[in-house]
Amino acid sequence: MQTIMQRLANPTRFMELSARLLPWMTAVSAILLVWGLYLVFFDSPADYQQGETVRIMYIHVPCAWLSMMIYGLIALSSFGLLVFRHPLADVSAKAAAPLGAAFTFLALVTGSLWGKPMWGTYWVWDARLTSVLLLFFLYLGLIALRSALEEEGAAAKLTAVLALVGVTLLPIIKFSVNWWNTLHQPSTDFTSTIDPSMRLPLLVMAVAFTLMFFAMHLKAMRNEILRRRVKALRTQAVAGRDRFATDGATQGAAE
Amino acid sequence: MDLGPHAAFIWISYAAVTVTVIGLILWLLADGWKQRADLAALERQGIKRRASNS
Repeated sequence: MQTIMQRLANPTRFMELSARLLPWMTAVSAILLVWGLYLVFFDSPADYQQGETVRIMYIHVPCAWLSMMIYGLIALSSFGLLVFRHPLADVSAKAAAPLGAAFTFLALVTGSLWGKPMWGTYWVWDARLTSVLLLFFLYLGLIALRSALEEEGAAAKLTAVLALVGVTLLPIIKFSVNWWNTLHQPSTDFTSTIDPSMRLPLLVMAVAFTLMFFAMHLKAMRNEILRRRVKALRTQAVAGRDRFATDGATQGAAE
Repeated sequence: MDLGPHAAFIWISYAAVTVTVIGLILWLLADGWKQRADLAALERQGIKRRASNS
């Protein structure tokens, strides 16, 4: 019996399944986003210390969560490419990298904009902020390395190796607030460290952002599969022309 | 809605996320349209995939 991963290994089947899933995922994430924004601006209190600035947290935390989750997905896809040679693993890793870079950038920007009124500065070189900045550079490195290499197979393998080496950054980011004395507060514990009136909007926004990412990722994977089909057809057309020219020349010489 | 003395920081944060997310969505849609158009143009020239009819 085929596992779901084996069944999805066929790009044509993946295209059919993703075409059915994509509208639903987009609709659910949009509904959750609207509900989340309503809760954030009309149904959640100001914080007793941060005041209204706490509302930045409802977008900063989902972006920060996605910055790490997307890298985890890229690392998993890279492992799938190098170990199992799954045909869609590289498509997944390539499609996720720009999205991960964008959400990491947003985590840094929203964090800075929260930091200025709360800490009195946009930026400090503390362990959490610096390690997330390194993650952003790592995403850019993955994108640059892939685009620097002409041969697609070699680019995929080298990028996968870099992604797996870079995965060591994830525990450093996660535990940086425990291992070092940082200005950044400890990680948000959804069960105890946040008041229920703020927990619900944060959870709704986190789920909405996560679903939104998966919808974008599916779309980016579909685009990448189409791009590879276009490239394969162009190569096929050039090979066909060359064969036709060679056959014609051979025939002409024989006559 | 009164967002207090730091309202500008809140609005700029939400604007940055909105602009980036909309930018990503438009880029993904445009890329999808371009790939489909390229594929259709190749098929119009009679160049079709050998292994699949999709």
